[in-house]
Order: sequence, then structure tokens, then C-alpha cells
Amino acid sequence: MGSDSQQQIDYFREQILEAAKSKTPLSIEGGGSKAWYGNNNQFAKLGTKTHSGILDYQPEELVITARAGTPLREIEQVLSDKDQMLAFEPPHFGEHATLGGAIAAGLAGPARISVGNFRDFVLGARIMDGKGQDLSFGGKVMKNVAGYDVSRLMPGSLGTLALILEASVKVLPKPAASTSIRCQITQAAALQSLNQSAGLPLPLSASCWIGKNQADSLGELAIRLAGAEAAVYAAKISLCSSLNAKELDSQEAETFWAQLREQQLPAFTTLQADETLYRLALPAACGPLDLGKAGNMSSEIVLEWHGQERWIKGQSDDATFAVLKQLANAHGGHAMRFRQGTKVNPHNQRFTLLSEQTHSQALEPIQARLRASFDPFGVFATNRLP
Amino acid sequence: MVAPPPDLAIISALQTKLVNALRPILPEDGLLWEPEDTIPYECDGLAAYRRMPLAVALPETEAQVSEILKICHAMNIPVVPRGSGTGLSGGAMPIAQGLVLSLAKLKKIVSIDSFTRTAVVQPGVRNLAISEAVAHLGLYYAPDPSSQIACSIGGNVNENSGGVHCLKYGLTLQNVLRVRAVLMNGEIVEFGGLAPDAPGLDLMSVMIGSEGMLAVVTEVTVKLVPKPKLARVIMASFDDIEKGGNAVAAIIAAGIIPAGLEMMDKATTRAVEEFVHAGYDLDAEAILLCESDGTPEEVAEEIERMTEVLKKSGASGIQISRDESERLKFWSGRKNAFPAAGRLAADYYCMDGTIPRRHIATLLKRIQGMEKKYGLGCLNVFHAGDGNMHPLILFNGADQDEWHRAEEFGSEILEACVELGGTITGEHGVGIEKINTMCIQFGEGERESFWGVKSAFDPDKLLNPDKAIPTLNRCAEYGRMRVSKGILPHPELERF
Repeated sequence: MGSDSQQQIDYFREQILEAAKSKTPLSIEGGGSKAWYGNNNQFAKLGTKTHSGILDYQPEELVITARAGTPLREIEQVLSDKDQMLAFEPPHFGEHATLGGAIAAGLAGPARISVGNFRDFVLGARIMDGKGQDLSFGGKVMKNVAGYDVSRLMPGSLGTLALILEASVKVLPKPAASTSIRCQITQAAALQSLNQSAGLPLPLSASCWIGKNQADSLGELAIRLAGAEAAVYAAKISLCSSLNAKELDSQEAETFWAQLREQQLPAFTTLQADETLYRLALPAACGPLDLGKAGNMSSEIVLEWHGQERWIKGQSDDATFAVLKQLANAHGGHAMRFRQGTKVNPHNQRFTLLSEQTHSQALEPIQARLRASFDPFGVFATNRLP
Repeated sequence: MVAPPPDLAIISALQTKLVNALRPILPEDGLLWEPEDTIPYECDGLAAYRRMPLAVALPETEAQVSEILKICHAMNIPVVPRGSGTGLSGGAMPIAQGLVLSLAKLKKIVSIDSFTRTAVVQPGVRNLAISEAVAHLGLYYAPDPSSQIACSIGGNVNENSGGVHCLKYGLTLQNVLRVRAVLMNGEIVEFGGLAPDAPGLDLMSVMIGSEGMLAVVTEVTVKLVPKPKLARVIMASFDDIEKGGNAVAAIIAAGIIPAGLEMMDKATTRAVEEFVHAGYDLDAEAILLCESDGTPEEVAEEIERMTEVLKKSGASGIQISRDESERLKFWSGRKNAFPAAGRLAADYYCMDGTIPRRHIATLLKRIQGMEKKYGLGCLNVFHAGDGNMHPLILFNGADQDEWHRAEEFGSEILEACVELGGTITGEHGVGIEKINTMCIQFGEGERESFWGVKSAFDPDKLLNPDKAIPTLNRCAEYGRMRVSKGILPHPELERF
């Protein structure tokens, strides 16, 4: 294992140094399951799939260490065998998703609202910078304040800072009990109720509201409760009564949350070839949005994370995106073109730029200098994340 | 009359220049430069490291912070930001030719929003003051470093402070949504945001825990969480240290994340029992404190599960707190471990390494061997749930040989931490104290990368330079907190 792994690392270094010499960026790819995510590029691939394997997992340490190319499925299975999990539920978006790819995408699933995002769970990383240096940051322990927390810069960096070789991720025990409830409710009432409940000691794990983005329209609100058995039971009784909700069959609930995480619900799969799925990230205080100015948007909207993440399908032009960015920005949030239909221009800018937001403009030069320090020759300068 | 040495003359001229430049932008009591005024700023909680600054600025607004930084930037004068000064690693120790920038006067709670469960606070607000201000809403701010009655939220952001409850509730990083700060060139920036996943690289991750080296924090938006209805603690005794260490691992392996999980060895128990009378089992080789919080039903369920695991792990005695006063009594010894060490010996060193939990017993056994090897006693207190340990090495600083042995003892403990897969500092920070030890934990490439991060934020390296990240030239010593003559700085604070 050791020598193969060293050969693999030497091979990465060769490719990185070659790219540095020729000043041609490399596009890092794990299982290719999220190739559609982020800004498009046509650069040569640096594949990590073969750099695979769990290196250390001791359930009582609540940490798993694995190589970047390790299938996410394998990691989740190994954890599940010991009644543990990646609590932030990273979406796979395909059966070949890898740990490295999931970190680079930095995405989290429905439980993000209650447990945090991928960044919150990364304890350490071994990376290779654009000079071919093999570097280790953080560690395998819960508390570590030695040096800047460089490993936590990796989640969401989309391969634009360094190559992830290995990572140590905090894991948690599966909750002792879990149940889901569902009710019919307007968007405004759902947002009100979710935020109020989140301020009470209730075991709220995840929420999702799906419906029409119209003031009086009723939609379906699903809430997942997870934690100690007694707490879950008490919360279920209380919420079912206050929301006039019904408990879901456990299998049905599990399927629903998995399909939500993987965007396999009809609200997502009906994306037309010329449409874009926009993701709006908003503060907790943001009520229903007035999408009137955004032109031809689908009337259906999906809210996750107690309304802090909202999914809307609509036309793909820059003007529409600009309106959504402006709308989100006005509420203190931001918007992105998360997924585009097959006929939409793949070269569209997918993200809100730092320069487009008040107070984040000064971050742009910092980010540029940071990248230049890890990657002085532009090996990872794919612009997949601007 | 003898002329002052040239460097003093230079410093004096620089001081005059700096004071003249800053005076117009600060209120009269917002700028100190006479030694009798600046002496309280010569050190932080690590009193063994002292230095006098050129001057101390105490701005009252973010605009003033920005102006001060612009002026210092233009004059090429280094700036050391300072919160409450309770840090234990000398992170706020002044620079002789630099300014101390105290954020103590920015102490307003700007807003509290119970609906979104957030509070916007200025950096000088004390950690505990946040929880106190929102208590009537049934909310609190979760990270609870032991100095929380005095330490400020700005300092917490810079140290990524944890606390007894961080295994369950996370560190500062996991409990802060947005940090507003001023760069060395005076520009105002915001890291993170009220909405999740701010665009671009996650710069807030490196900003938090950056020990005042990247930007000066002027406003923090914190997450508030619902206050648990109840907390109870189990006190378990073990007749063998290994059994105690293994019990910690067994609790976690059983799928329980206790609200707090702390451990004391026999020497500590005996030292603290003398004056707290908590009823500790004095024959036990190790005492574990396991706390559960939540609704009464949740707590009952968890206490039962933990009790079962502790019994199976061979606990020789188990007591469960019956009420809040008994819970506090059980905790009292743990919280008084540092002062107890101060009574046992003239001086002590506090180490702050973290190791994987499964090696707790191994390390404790090794420390027992070291006690014999160096002929010095050591009290062991642990944040066992996180594997973060605070061995307190007892010695007499007046005896040069003892002092030397204590130093070597500490070095060997930290070396063991790194060897067992851990780190040299779990929560006290590197500061000036552990800067040399950083060379042991990180190679040249990593240290070079740290400098890259520093330069990205502060290209002229003027913000708290010479802290946290060592240059190639300094690689000699190991980390420790030296407590002289048993006197701790801020003796009124709990330390654990």
C-alpha cells in the first residue's frame, strides 16, 4: 500500500510540475460525479480516483482518514457498520462520488441546518500545492490550534487552491432515534414556524418546503427530527399538533430525504434543457421572495435549511441571473447557477463574484494572493471557482 | 548627563512621531504612552513574557480602528491587537517598536435577534456577557472557554476558543456566522455572512484562530442556541488509570456525545479535595466527570446509558448529581485544579497538548514514568472528550536544576503528544510561547504556506508579527506556561 501510494503521489507531483512548467492548468477530477458543478473548463484532467483507500478509522475517535479518491459510498458504508455517519450528509450526485470531490465541492445535505457544513467537520488534510510540495495541515484530533486552519480552506475550493491527497473528517454517531412529519402550510407560515421552533430546545434535524412561490399557496412542509428517543417523541407530538402534521412512514421518509439530497425529486428532475436551477443562499430572517422581476421562472420553489437555501428553476439568460443575484444580495445573501440544462451555454458564469457584493470586494485581492502563494504557476487556475 | 543608548533614542523619536500622528483621531483618554499607563499592557495571561509597547491605542469606533491601521501602515509600525488580555500563550505581548491596539472599548452588543438566533456584538464584549444578554430569550452562546467571565469575543475569534462543551457544541468557528474586520491597510472587510456558504474561498476559516495576525476584528455575528432545560453530571471513580482512559473511549464508541467529559488523576483529586470538599474518592486512580444536557427525558436517557457503559468499563464508584448545587460541587474540583497546583508547589508548567482519545491511558502511564525520571510531580487534568490534556508539572523555579528538569519533562510530554498523533496546542494557541514548538509539528513547506496565508492578508507583515508562525531561525524550545511563584495572572479566573 505504502509504495503504491508513494508512486501515485510522485505521479501527481510530476503532472503538477509539468503543468507548472508549461503554464497549463489541470482540472482535478475524482469520480466525475460533479463534473457539471462550477464554472466549465476544458483543461486536461488530473484524476484522483486511483488514489483510494481508508487509512485510519477508529470509531471511538470519531475521525476517519482516507485518500481523496476513496468512494464516498465506501466511507459511508464503513461508518454505517459502526452506527456512525458523515452528519452533514454530503450529496453524491452519482455513484462514483469520491471523498476528495465531495470536499472540493463542499456541499452539504439537508442536515446542514442542524449540524453545519463540510468545513465544520474537516480536521486535517494532506495536500499538494502548485509547487508539488506534499503538505499536511490540521490533524486527527478534535482540538488543534497550531497554525492557520489551512485544511478548512479546501471545502468548496473546487480544486482551485491545491490538490487534496488525504483528509481527516470528524464523524458522529447516528442519532438514537429519527422520525419525519409532513403538513400542508403556506411558505410564510412554514418559515415562521421553522425559525421559531429552531429557537426552542427541539431536536430539529432538517426541513424542506416545496410549493408554489405565491403568497397564499399551500405547499408541503417536511420536518425531520433526530436525537434521543424521548426528545424525538416529545417533539413529534408537539409539532404534529401545532402544525396539524402527520408522521411519515420511516422508509418513505428515508427515501424522501435521500432524494432531496441527491436532487432526484420531481421539483429537480423536471429541469428543462434550456432552463437553469438557481440556488439562493439567504439569511434566516428572509421571508418569501418576490420573484416578479426575474421574468419567466417556474412557479415551484424548494426551500431547505429552514429557508436559508432555496431552489428555483427558470430561464438561463444573464439578465435573469442578475436579477436573482440582486434580489439575494438585497436580503444579505447570494445566488448561483447551480445546475444548467443541456442546451444552456456551458460557459456561463455560475457564481456571484466577490466584487459583486458590498464588503467582499476587498476579499478579492486577498483570495488572489492566497492562490498565488499556494499555486504560483497557475496549475489549479481553472476558474472553476472564481 | 549620559545620553540614552541610540536604540532608545530611536524608540523615543518613533514614539513621539506615532503619538503625534494618532492624537488627532482618538479621544484624549484613547491613547496611552507614559510607562505608568502602558505597563498594564506589557503582557497578557502569560505573564512570563513581557515587553513595553511604544503606545497603546483604545479606539471607540471601527472608523478609528481603520484610521489607526492606515497611519501605522503608512509609518511601517507593527500593531498588536488585544482583547481582554486573558490569552495563555503571549499572543498579545507587545512589540517594542509597535503599537498595542486594544479593542476593549468596542464593547457594545449591537443587536440581538431571537427569531434568527443571532447576535451582533463588538469585539470587546465578554464571552459570558453574550449569554447573559440573551438568557431571557432561552438562548445562549455555546463556546464557553474557562475564562469566559473575562475573555472577549474578539479574542475568542482570534484563538478559535473552545470550552468544556465543545465536543458537543463546537468551537468558535462552528458558532460564528460573520466576522467584520479591518485589514492592515485600513480596508474594512466581511468574512462569512448571514447566509450560508459565502462566495469564494472560505477565508473565514483561516481568519478564525489567526491570533491577530490577519485582520483586526471589529464586529462578530454569533449563532445563539436554545438553552438546555437541564444538566446532570456523573462522577465515576476508577482504581486504574487505564480503565478510566478506556471508559472515555467506550462512551464515545457507544454513540454518546456527552455535553462534557473530563478526567482527573489521583494526584489532582487529592490536591483539590483538600479545599473544595467535593467528596471525591481519594483512593481512585482516576475520576471521570460525564455531563449530559437537554430535556429532562433526554438527560435521563443519556445518564442511564452512560452509567451502564461506565459500570461495564469497571468503574469502582458512580455518583449522579441530584440537583444543580451538587452538579456544581462535582465540577468544583475540576475547575480548581490550577489553583490547587499553585498550592502544592512554588511553580508549575501547564501543557496544552491534544492526543487521540485512545492514547489517554498510554500517555498517562508515560507521564507517571517521567515523574520518576525527572523527580518531579505532575497533576493531570484532561478535557478527556477531546483528548486535550493539561498536565501541570510541579517544580521550584528558585532551584535551577528543578527548573531545567521541568523544562525537559514538558518537552518530553509534548513530543509524546506529537508522536501519538496529536498536537502541541489544543486551545491555548501558539502565540509567542509555543512558536518554537511549531517547528516540531510542521515542516518547512507547511511553515512557508502559513507565511503565504499571512502575506495574503497582510503583505507588509505588520499585524502581530513574530507570533504563531516561526521563521526558520527559531527552532529551539517547547511550549509551556510558566507560573512564577505559584501566582497565576488573573488568579480570579477558572482555568481548565
